[in-house]
Amino acid sequence: MTAPWAGMARLAGRRLLAAVPVLALVTLGMFAVAAASPFDPVRQYIGSDGLGASQETLDTLRENLGTSGTFVEQWWAWLRSAAGGDLGQSLALRQPVGQVIGERLGWSVLLCSVAFVVAILLGTALGVLAARRPGGVLDRVVTSVSYTLQAAPPFWLALLAIWLFALRLDVLPAGGLTDTGSDTVTAGSVIRHLALPAGVLAISQLPWFVLYVRQGVSDALHEDPVRGARARGLRERTVLLGHALRSGLLPVLTLIGTRVPELITGALLVETVFSWPGIASATVRAATATDFPLLAALTVLSALAVLAGNLLADLLYGLADPRVDHDEM
Amino acid sequence: MGKPEGGDATVETAPGNGTAAPRPAVDRPWHAPGGDGRRTRAVRVAVSGALIGATVLAVLLVPPLFPLDQQAVDLTAKLEPPSWAHPFGTDEVGRDVLLRCVYGMRVSLLVGVVAALVASGIGLAVGCAAGALGGRADRLTMRLVDTFTAVPHLLMGIFIVAMFRPGIWPVIASVGLTHWVSTARIVRAEVLSLRARPFVDAAISGGASRLRVAARHLVPGVLPQAGLAAVLMVPHAIWHESALSFLGLGIPAHEASLGTMINGARGSLVTGEWWPTLFPGLFIVVPTLALAGLAGAWRERINPRRRSELVL
Repeated sequence: MTAPWAGMARLAGRRLLAAVPVLALVTLGMFAVAAASPFDPVRQYIGSDGLGASQETLDTLRENLGTSGTFVEQWWAWLRSAAGGDLGQSLALRQPVGQVIGERLGWSVLLCSVAFVVAILLGTALGVLAARRPGGVLDRVVTSVSYTLQAAPPFWLALLAIWLFALRLDVLPAGGLTDTGSDTVTAGSVIRHLALPAGVLAISQLPWFVLYVRQGVSDALHEDPVRGARARGLRERTVLLGHALRSGLLPVLTLIGTRVPELITGALLVETVFSWPGIASATVRAATATDFPLLAALTVLSALAVLAGNLLADLLYGLADPRVDHDEM
Repeated sequence: MGKPEGGDATVETAPGNGTAAPRPAVDRPWHAPGGDGRRTRAVRVAVSGALIGATVLAVLLVPPLFPLDQQAVDLTAKLEPPSWAHPFGTDEVGRDVLLRCVYGMRVSLLVGVVAALVASGIGLAVGCAAGALGGRADRLTMRLVDTFTAVPHLLMGIFIVAMFRPGIWPVIASVGLTHWVSTARIVRAEVLSLRARPFVDAAISGGASRLRVAARHLVPGVLPQAGLAAVLMVPHAIWHESALSFLGLGIPAHEASLGTMINGARGSLVTGEWWPTLFPGLFIVVPTLALAGLAGAWRERINPRRRSELVL
């Protein structure tokens, strides 16, 4: 029997190795799609000046932009400079890609982590309440609302939230990071501007947690350990929170990992609606301007986040369930 | 069978209440989802079916009966709240929101159905190939599937659309090329379990070729599962299309699709007019819920002990 952290470290190492071919394939695929597209980055870069430019100028520029050669050569060149920390120049924002990410990543991480934590905590609480009395009024309300929220697009929820909270009730700002007329970012203004986007993102992720916890806990309520606990005369609260919830939470840990892509998707839409200065809204700007260097870097970044999420879920699962061996994952 | 205290005895269907032939309550799952009795389930199926039917009928019949000029504007009637003449109100240039919703639903449904077919076709082919070939081919295919799940679908869709804008076909391609993964997984698992069955061994020892075994014995066996997955993919594809269109990367803005309508209504939302935003969204939510209700009932029917889940 080795220490649990040794198994965890070995699992992390194996996942790191497995991530290399996945990332290579993702980036190669991006270059293949870009090569197949009718779009020419050189023409975009010089804009209307290019109408009179000679073929020689265009060729030199193509060389400088790293867009000459086949897509495999471009891919290799991109990988080599990315390994050296140079992700290229964003065509839309006229800034180095690394700088764009550095300026915006923190805001996105803040938004996503607040929303995710709220969704997990609120989802667990509502799921347990609903599972306590299957078929009761509370269960029916919570389940139906969850299904409805699951079907609703986050951008639509975001707009409705703006209408309700920013226009009708006028309690929260409709977007941005600072109040109109001020440029200074203070903690108070960030919290007020964060409330709506984080709330909407949390609400759009909530149904999955509610339904999983509800299912897990209501299944666990029929299992022998819970029956045994009841037979011993333990209090209902101890049975519910100490026994049923503990085994019912296991599938939720896996869900945390698999929800990362959906969280990024939600952030893409929510950040755009609320003009949140994160990387997700930069993605949309990059796409609108067909800004390949920025789009490529952001795609790789999100793939990294997804792989890290999967690893985190497996590590948590192994820690929470002593029957699971990290070395067998 | 022990029932927990505070169980759902009150929602037990009373036998002989006239609406359906009395059935013993025993064949109900013992911890039925949401405490659904047989009668509430029948109501749910009827309501869901009626909603789906009404949507399909409206999409098919309204365009020939009420031709809509997408460019027509009537500035004297702009942003009227819902009334008898305009049940869903009018938008910022005086167009009827209900009529545009139906037209938008038509575009969204077309994209959704075609993209779901493309995705399910790819998923069926990949899943069957991986499951039937096995071994190294299977492992390689599954690595490919891992790669496709590593990038969020909407981001991959945005990437494809950004490179091939604008138009309806890049949108269909971006949905179809990203959503086959789940179908491929389902089909592969199903093929693997079918492969171990005696009739496949019988076919192989009878001299059937690999291709014949796959086409004659494996594909028909997975079609029901793949079909259900394809139907459930339609709302997902519509969701995806509307998100792309909302971001201004999907259907061209002058054509009504549910996503472009919601995007176009952002200006009037700021001045307090909620109806051009609310109703196109409801056109996404309500049919999705109805379809999920039907799919849930179908699953409960084929597997009564399993809890119906909405897979989105």
